[in-house]
Amino acid sequence: MSDSTAAVEHAEHNDPALLHHFATAQQQRDTASLGMWLFLATEVMFFGGMFCAYLVYRYWYYNEFAAGSRSISIWLGTINTVVLICSSLTVALGVKAAQLGKRKQLVSLLLATLVFGVAFLGIKGVEWYQKYEEHHVPGRSFDVSDIIRDYPQIHIDPSHSQLYFSLYFAMTGLHALHMIVGIGIFSFLTYYSWKGKYGPEYYTPIENGGLYWHFVDIVWIYLFPLLYLIDRKPLR
Amino acid sequence: MATAAVSTEQRENYLNAEYGIRSWLLTTDHKRIALLYLISITFFFFVGGFFALLIRLELLTPAGDLVLADTYNKLFTMHGQVMVFFFLIPSIPATLGNFLVPLMVGAKDLAFPRINLLSWYLYIAGGLLMLFCILTGGVDTGWTFYTPFSTGFSNTNVAEAGLAIFINGFSSILTGLNFVVTIHRMRAPGMTWSRLPLFLWSTYATSIIFLLGTPVIAITLLLVVLERTFNLGIFDPTRGGDPVLFQHLFWFYSHPAVYIMILPSMGVISEIVPCFSRKRVFGYKAVALSSIAIAVFGFLVWAHHMFVAGISLYAALVFSILSYLVALPSAIKVFNWTATMYKGSISFSTPMLYAFGFIGLFTVGGLTGLFLAALGIDVHVHDTYFVIAHFHYIMVGGALMGYLGGLHFWWPKITGRMYPEAWGRLSALIVFIGFNLTFFPQFILGYLGMPRRYWQYPPEFQVLNVFSTAGASVLAVGYILPMIYLLWSLRYGKPAGNNPWGAAGLEWTTQSPPTTFNFDETPEVTWEAYNYDQIPMPEEVTLER
Amino acid sequence: MFENLPLWPARASTMAGNVDLLYIFLVLLTLFTCAAIFITLIVFAAKYRRRHGREAHQIEGSVLLEIAWTVVPLGIFMLIFAWGAVIYFQERVPPKDVAEIYVVGKQWMWKLQHVEGQREINELHVPADRDIKLIMTSQDVIHSFFVPEFRIKQDVVPGRYTTLWFRATHAGTYHLFCSQYCGTLHSGMVGQIVVMEPAQYQTWLTTGGGFGSLAANGASLFAQLGCQTCHRSDMQGRAPMLNGVYGNPVTLEDGRTVIADDNYIRESIVNPAAKVVSGFKPIMPVFQGLLNEEQLNELVAYVKSLNPPPPGSVNAPDMAAAETKP
Repeated sequence: MSDSTAAVEHAEHNDPALLHHFATAQQQRDTASLGMWLFLATEVMFFGGMFCAYLVYRYWYYNEFAAGSRSISIWLGTINTVVLICSSLTVALGVKAAQLGKRKQLVSLLLATLVFGVAFLGIKGVEWYQKYEEHHVPGRSFDVSDIIRDYPQIHIDPSHSQLYFSLYFAMTGLHALHMIVGIGIFSFLTYYSWKGKYGPEYYTPIENGGLYWHFVDIVWIYLFPLLYLIDRKPLR
Repeated sequence: MATAAVSTEQRENYLNAEYGIRSWLLTTDHKRIALLYLISITFFFFVGGFFALLIRLELLTPAGDLVLADTYNKLFTMHGQVMVFFFLIPSIPATLGNFLVPLMVGAKDLAFPRINLLSWYLYIAGGLLMLFCILTGGVDTGWTFYTPFSTGFSNTNVAEAGLAIFINGFSSILTGLNFVVTIHRMRAPGMTWSRLPLFLWSTYATSIIFLLGTPVIAITLLLVVLERTFNLGIFDPTRGGDPVLFQHLFWFYSHPAVYIMILPSMGVISEIVPCFSRKRVFGYKAVALSSIAIAVFGFLVWAHHMFVAGISLYAALVFSILSYLVALPSAIKVFNWTATMYKGSISFSTPMLYAFGFIGLFTVGGLTGLFLAALGIDVHVHDTYFVIAHFHYIMVGGALMGYLGGLHFWWPKITGRMYPEAWGRLSALIVFIGFNLTFFPQFILGYLGMPRRYWQYPPEFQVLNVFSTAGASVLAVGYILPMIYLLWSLRYGKPAGNNPWGAAGLEWTTQSPPTTFNFDETPEVTWEAYNYDQIPMPEEVTLER
Repeated sequence: MFENLPLWPARASTMAGNVDLLYIFLVLLTLFTCAAIFITLIVFAAKYRRRHGREAHQIEGSVLLEIAWTVVPLGIFMLIFAWGAVIYFQERVPPKDVAEIYVVGKQWMWKLQHVEGQREINELHVPADRDIKLIMTSQDVIHSFFVPEFRIKQDVVPGRYTTLWFRATHAGTYHLFCSQYCGTLHSGMVGQIVVMEPAQYQTWLTTGGGFGSLAANGASLFAQLGCQTCHRSDMQGRAPMLNGVYGNPVTLEDGRTVIADDNYIRESIVNPAAKVVSGFKPIMPVFQGLLNEEQLNELVAYVKSLNPPPPGSVNAPDMAAAETKP
């Protein structure tokens, strides 16, 4: 990747996608790409703070975290993981379609991505509702006596359980928020793709939007084992 | 006050290219956005300053007799929050940085002009929420928001303040993003990394901290807000939470944040000193690399704020030794600036006076940092006025003086006008004197044992407090004067040419003020930075009176 | 020395002199460095001010100088670091034979419990020339115990014990400040340390209401709460025997070994499942929220008193024995 700018190519300024302050389309592409990667770095630090708190408390209150982890649905979590991975596949294929100028394919793939994204949120909603019904949502009606009953051989302190669930909701909630933003972005991308705005000469938004989507996927790939798969082996 | 045949205002520039409030509020011109920021942060500076005034008035007497204890606690909290988050952190980057980064690299604008405007709106949104928070009762947690006081005991607008800073944080992040990408991707042909002005090296280092540090305070404050709102217990020791974890998360950002506040100022000094010594910077590479070193090491020292917080002895040792390492690059810069003046041709313009002040006061501030990094001393002076004196020497004596120096230095470029030099020098002198009177006694107060954040204090501390308050009133004059004469100069100041100082740097090759798109043709850089051997000394600017 | 020059507080502990020595060194270093830089700046400003006909001399830099002014400050910094670290070690590691006093900070007062039973509020009486360790916790938010004349400070954190030690050298009254912002009356959470000659301190201890020693109160609380049902003093209980536990290593269920210090005892009462002793089940009830900090201090003192006194050494509550030491 070249650091320095190319010579001014006045002919390029007839390109409607080229913004005025860029000398060449290549410069604009490289700029957008670097911008998105840096933004994703900030997102890593953003989630990182909460991961840090999670790691500390998991180390101290392993029993409550393990029991809490077993109380959330591993099936729904696994399905969601598959859903997200499929959505990243459709995104990656979509970028390829854009590069090759296949508009119809691009639109279908983006629509599929949106479907997967919405499905993910739907399943997450079901999960959260399950937790709500079981009184595992931190707050006034928080009650983990069912968990305590399920694991008589270990000692469970309800307030430590509440820490687990607080972090569960905070982390999956932040992730879901990012998913919603991603769905918003991809809605715009789908619309503009349908309008024919993207093709081999200009598909930067698809590429960078894709990067964002992949990042949100990767966050989930970390969240899933950390939240759902603590101590899934049979209890001693 | 003779004007040129074609006065600079009549030529089209970024100020007169378009008129009307929409052209300002919907602008994507980095220079206009810089001015929007300039107005907003000046406003918040005076808000924070007002709180400081009340604090110093209260501290004239040992008894708490001016305001209630709760009010005093709100005053120092809001002074800290407003000054740190809404003034110091954005100050140079958002005003001088926004204005100068594209000009200095030879570009037409920043990489992402619309995101730049979004940054400003985020700053305003955060600022408005902070104002709302202040006007509806304030916050009293200290700018440090320590738990469990902030999460479980304070009855004030903690969540609103946390959210205000959270929103403001995204303004910082996007600004940093813009700068890093611009410096990487939009340099003019021939503008290699080793030809970059040192202001850009400092800005680059600052932007790295913006990007990597700010998200951590964002998530930390978010957790505090969630805990207060939903009664979660993440930092509540009665429910298994750890208040010291908060401190680690908080300081992981807030220590690098102090480097956000000082690095840009150092960059300004690196521009002013060569110009008014007519020499290239001594040790360009050393200064450039020092900026990066400060940013990197700055991330490794956060727990030096926690030596008595209950961390282990061994952790304390590690953070102490790292704190000495981070002091080293700053010392190197001071030596290099001093050496730059050797065999130079020095003139004492207002910016240069501020630069001298900066070097002196930053040296004192930095050396007192050595006291604090020494574990045995820190136990005694932690959370006393010694710390307050130390960081005000750096943030006010250093960062703020650099900001004022830079403002004066680039004022002709930004506005097309010269400010009145005599008033400029007088204000610089008043600031220097007032500042030392205000804050030097606080070193002594701290070592004598006066704790921070005290509304009332034992009578034996009164004399030094009175000195400090007297100094503050002088300092205030030094800040109000530039407000007046800089505004005056907008209409009555002598029109400035392209390069009144005879300074090096691409920004000085454009007209003053620049056109909207900065350069008619993309410049091609074939010279090294600070080529003062090639730039003639300015004849037309009278530096006497 | 310099009693009339208010640059530092009186020196009233064994650490004060050490801290001040490093401080004075740093002050002199600062003065020297500032003088060097300021004088250089002034000389340059005068000698090289702009004059017609004299051009500036373009100088690129000097690698030698860069190395010099990197290495020399680094060396000085490492010296300061080491010096400060040594003092810190001395400050944080109390001597072996130390008397203990329990401190509970709360908004906005200090509560002090002597092991002999005396309770004080905002005022702490201690004997001179004796090593004293403060075992501190907070009832609510973070406070900090600061005695400028002793040059000591330690944050007082809710949910755990932190410790501080000192040896007062001169009888007198010294400031006690809370130095971690804690709310409305943070600046009112002040008091005094009253250092007395040892004989006077003995007298003070014996007068003033029959509180019962901390450990004795702990013993009755222990019985009241039914602890002895499981924590029997023979090996038959469902819970570990507590005699001889304090200060010794304990093997836990998960294989770790920890030292049964004050924090361990306290944690085992408020959060028993955190560190279960190997071979026992996690069935101890949780006392978080049921006992206040002073009661916890009493129970901890009681558990500590269950240790057989090591032969020949001085027991903390036995001040008379300390008096007869040569």
